Amino acid sequence: MNSSIRRWFSRFRFWQFVVLVAVLLAFTVILVFPLFSLFSKAFLNNAGEFAGFDNYSKYFSTPSLSASIKNTLDIALWSTLFSGVLGFLYAFALARTRIRWKTFFKYTAMIPIFIPTVVHALGLVYMFGRQGVLTRAGLFPFELYGRLGIIISEAIFTFPQAFLMFFVALEFADGRLYEAADSMGASPLEKLTRITLPEIKYTIINAFFVCFTLAFTDFGAPKVIGGSFNVLATDIYKQVAGQFNFNMGAVVGTLLLIPALASFTVDRLVSSKNSGTISAKATKLMIAKSIKRDAFFFCLCSLVTAFFLFLIAMLFVGGLSEHYPYNLSLTLKNFLFNRSAGGVDSYFNSLKMAFLSAAFGTAFVFVYAYMMEKINGFGALRKYGKLLSVLPLALPGMVIGISFIFFFNDRGNPLNFIYGTIAILVVSNILHYFSVPFFTASGCLKKLDKEYESVASSMNVPQWKTFLRVSVPLSLPAILEIFMYLFVNAMVTVSAVVFLYNAKFKIAAVAIIHMEEAGNFGQAAAMSLLILAINVLVRILYEAAIKIIKEKRL
Amino acid sequence: MKKNIVIFIAVLMIATVAVFVASCSGTTSPTVENGGSETESRAAEANETEGVASGEITVYTALEDEQVEEYLEVFNAKHPGIKVNIYRESTGVVTAKLLAEKSNPVADVVWGTAASSLLVLDDQNMLEPYAPEGVGNILAQFKSSKPVPTWVGIDVWETAFTINTVELEKLGLAVSDISSYEDLLRPELKGHVVMSNPSSSGTGLLTVTGLLQLKGKGTGTGWDFLTQLHENIDQYVHSGSKPAKMAGAGECVIGVSFGYAGIKQVRDGNPVVVVFPSEGSGWDLEANALLKKDSIDPAAKVFLDWAISDEAMNLYKANYPILANGKGGKYDGFSSDPVDQLIDNDLVWVASNRESVLYDWTEKFDGKSAPQK
Amino acid sequence: MPFLEIINIVKKFDKQIALSDISVEIEKGELVCILGPSGCGKTTLLRIIAGLETANSGQIFIDGVDATFLPAAKRNFGIVFQSYALFPNMTVIGNVLFGLRQKKWMAKSDMHTKACEALRLVDLFEHKDKFPRQLSGGMQQRTALARAVALSPSFLLLDEPLSALDAKVRQKLRGEIRAIQRSLGITTVMVTHDQEEALTMADRIVVMNNAVVEQIGTPREIYNHPTNPFVANFIGTMNFYQHDGQTCAIRPENIVITNRKSHYDFAAHVKALEFKGPMTRVHGTLPDMSEVCMDISSEAASEMRLNENGTVFLKMPQENLINYANTAV
Repeated sequence: MNSSIRRWFSRFRFWQFVVLVAVLLAFTVILVFPLFSLFSKAFLNNAGEFAGFDNYSKYFSTPSLSASIKNTLDIALWSTLFSGVLGFLYAFALARTRIRWKTFFKYTAMIPIFIPTVVHALGLVYMFGRQGVLTRAGLFPFELYGRLGIIISEAIFTFPQAFLMFFVALEFADGRLYEAADSMGASPLEKLTRITLPEIKYTIINAFFVCFTLAFTDFGAPKVIGGSFNVLATDIYKQVAGQFNFNMGAVVGTLLLIPALASFTVDRLVSSKNSGTISAKATKLMIAKSIKRDAFFFCLCSLVTAFFLFLIAMLFVGGLSEHYPYNLSLTLKNFLFNRSAGGVDSYFNSLKMAFLSAAFGTAFVFVYAYMMEKINGFGALRKYGKLLSVLPLALPGMVIGISFIFFFNDRGNPLNFIYGTIAILVVSNILHYFSVPFFTASGCLKKLDKEYESVASSMNVPQWKTFLRVSVPLSLPAILEIFMYLFVNAMVTVSAVVFLYNAKFKIAAVAIIHMEEAGNFGQAAAMSLLILAINVLVRILYEAAIKIIKEKRL
Repeated sequence: MKKNIVIFIAVLMIATVAVFVASCSGTTSPTVENGGSETESRAAEANETEGVASGEITVYTALEDEQVEEYLEVFNAKHPGIKVNIYRESTGVVTAKLLAEKSNPVADVVWGTAASSLLVLDDQNMLEPYAPEGVGNILAQFKSSKPVPTWVGIDVWETAFTINTVELEKLGLAVSDISSYEDLLRPELKGHVVMSNPSSSGTGLLTVTGLLQLKGKGTGTGWDFLTQLHENIDQYVHSGSKPAKMAGAGECVIGVSFGYAGIKQVRDGNPVVVVFPSEGSGWDLEANALLKKDSIDPAAKVFLDWAISDEAMNLYKANYPILANGKGGKYDGFSSDPVDQLIDNDLVWVASNRESVLYDWTEKFDGKSAPQK
Repeated sequence: MPFLEIINIVKKFDKQIALSDISVEIEKGELVCILGPSGCGKTTLLRIIAGLETANSGQIFIDGVDATFLPAAKRNFGIVFQSYALFPNMTVIGNVLFGLRQKKWMAKSDMHTKACEALRLVDLFEHKDKFPRQLSGGMQQRTALARAVALSPSFLLLDEPLSALDAKVRQKLRGEIRAIQRSLGITTVMVTHDQEEALTMADRIVVMNNAVVEQIGTPREIYNHPTNPFVANFIGTMNFYQHDGQTCAIRPENIVITNRKSHYDFAAHVKALEFKGPMTRVHGTLPDMSEVCMDISSEAASEMRLNENGTVFLKMPQENLINYANTAV
């Protein structure tokens, strides 16, 4: 046998190769193939003939449409700036100060991803709309609908992501650096700019791209409070659900991928230079006492929290009152949901779907990340895998929904049998929410000693066993986090599954939209409360598990 | 290590229990029940055309949730053997899903969905011609013009203003001041009118095409009017009922929406009135159609027959008083016959000019001018 | 026949050459140190011997068998890393048993016995139920060693095993590792950048620099007869000076310092005296301003009343001089 081929296929590399190809193939089937079935239409005219770049030139020559690109960049940048700065400060408060109520603040920071986005928008209207509480009190003399509304809404939507990423990064600190800085008489600002920020610069870049891409592609906020401010995501909606022009929708969809591709390029550039891991000798950072600092951060956290609590306060008022806002007497009748919107079954369906999405998704994401981080060689395949891993971040749910219909509903597709079942909902959720868990998993695996596999293979322990006995237990916190993330998102997601759910299998988040559209605010609020409750419960279980794990590891 | 695994398993178990509970309650409830569906549909095929008593069909609809529930109860009472699975979404999503599923249709029947959407499906040859029982009762302008109709209308929805009286008074106007499209141009209303975006909402489209027809197709007058109206528009939103809702919540003063959406705001107790423009309203139909499939379930035809029966029409009338059989009722609190309100709408003209109208509209009004405050 | 034969190994990472045509032979039972500055390719060579990396070309023979394409798992070696790479979720004995459990034919009790034996060997038996985080760095590294030898591998690979430890622990462990290696008679390849470690522990040393082997030899050979200026300079301290168009090199301890002005080769200006206990290091400058340093016993230094800023006279004994062609050092 040719020696270079032998080099590849020496036995244990062969199995790595098989598993790597298997996960990449699976991901290609659920990501690339469906996307291709939709995006290839970007190059077809209405008659279905090949049209080259005609659709693109048509799109760019319509000033109102191409203005959307500018608008989208504008709102994505501003909201990223807000959520990034706020997320950093909030994370700093929890990780690097001695304020009280940290656990409480940590939970409230997650509120925006615990409830469906339509609820954010409603909350904003109640606060800042023309009849909003704050507007009427004269505290908000601005126009909510349009650019500002979108920016606020996206900032809220992306805040938990930024906060979580910064929190994880700030939690690990090498106390020695700060002691050294103190001994040299560095001011707090110097410590921030010379130590803290450089230490987390990779996180800053990552958080920027995650938030930016999410804001860039989100449709919910622009639809509800965007007014006439056009962004790319509303353009897709107009093309697909307004004019049924899939070709033009595909054009816009491909444009939405640009930030993800850019982030992939930047990630390659940055991570090749990024080798900073925490040294084994790092000491725990002792947080100095500072009343001024703590007072500032406590106020900041309280403000953000109050804002989020207000968002859900109206859920309690609305969900538990007879007929909001006219009759506020306490009742539980809103929890007796109408059957037509899916009733209470839709809630249990959602639980089932979220659990399956989280269980299968966690396994898939973790194995995928493991194959990207913990095997040597196969450079081209792994690069391909990493490229794929950032794309889902850039896909609006509608693009996933429509492309899944095209691909999986095709008669010729052997996977046709999953269409119209719970399986396609689970697959679409895993795809939709793949990227952030992937970052979590690969970040965690990067921190594990890269020699575990070498030692194990020297002892003739097969890699799958090392994976199960070493990598998985050591990554348990990250695995639980991924599970929670997928579960929570699957509970609240609408945009992709709205095209895919089956007439017999309705889900809660879609039911909320229907209830709200039908003007049944009480039931919509009640259902949102149920979703919030299960998400908080999952979060509590997660925190409890993490606490136990940490105590064991000390 | 072992203890970690124990924790992990514990978390998994709790979640599993939750799902178990979920699936139990799922299978005992009637809506998710699907046992025996295959045998039922086979039985249905054996039964052939006359007196089909059983079967299972999938119906896509854009009717309101609550209406669907109410209507289906009546249908089920009459045809207890036919199980109807409903996929209900907004018109845009239903249509997009149907089009995307074109190569392998899932739905058997489209029910109560905009005729303008059904025209698109018909264009793509996705609809099976079928003349439901009693189709002769449906007025000619409210069904497809083909010899065997591909779609049949059930009721009409039409442009109407939902006006928040409290907010209107604040502008120094009375409800009596607003009775026509022309009145929307009053300078006091600058920045207080909300309308649906025709490129994302069927209601927006029928309002714009209605206006263009009112002012004379092909003349520039319609566009001139829209340009003037644009001055007063606060925002164009992406849903047909949203302007009415915003008026109801006081988020705008006048919402240019459709009749039923406004009536709903009135019924919910909001301080609004519904006004139909005196020039006449643009309109569209809620219509039914049979999907072209390899094998058509006879139960689908039974459903379509029922869906234009007098029984069904009487149900629709409570919400949409203009019926396709011409035997409509009245809107609560409106004396005039709503049918007189409708303009002479050329649906085929709308369908064939839709793309150019939207292109021009987008060019002139969309996005370029986000509200400047 | 040598136990390990490394023949013409070449390894490239992208465009960078990590190993350029490396050939080394290692005898059975030997402890060979691969010594070199960081980035010289020594760790890559170790990983290729282990089968954790594949060379671009060249061959590896283990005990006469072509192992070039053999996966790591089949090469039967034990390995110890600088980071210990202990599984933090397993106890000390759990770590040792992890590999043993793979031997399906072995009775459970035998596995346990073997693990305990290995732990006794490194003197950690009484700590067997602790977790790695409860142990000191030295103990952790001994655990890693026990884990590596428990499977009775045919050779042992040590990748900078002592670099993460404190100086005292490091010195102690040197002796312990060497003793265990001797008692087991196990062929061992150790990578290090610490020349003292290499000199004290190795039977033979392979000095590497910039992807090539500079010299192979016993510690004495390497120290006393470095074949090129790089090795001379890298191992121990070496003085270089120009003489008759040649580069001459001499170890500090070989320079003879006298007060007398007769029979001297150079007069040197004393810049600084560095007291190192039994020895004193004298830093000086030669007339051509090149630096020179000399070691003399502290006793002699005080007898001679050496002073900073004084002058001393140096003699370079011929038998200790090394001459190189005139190359830049």
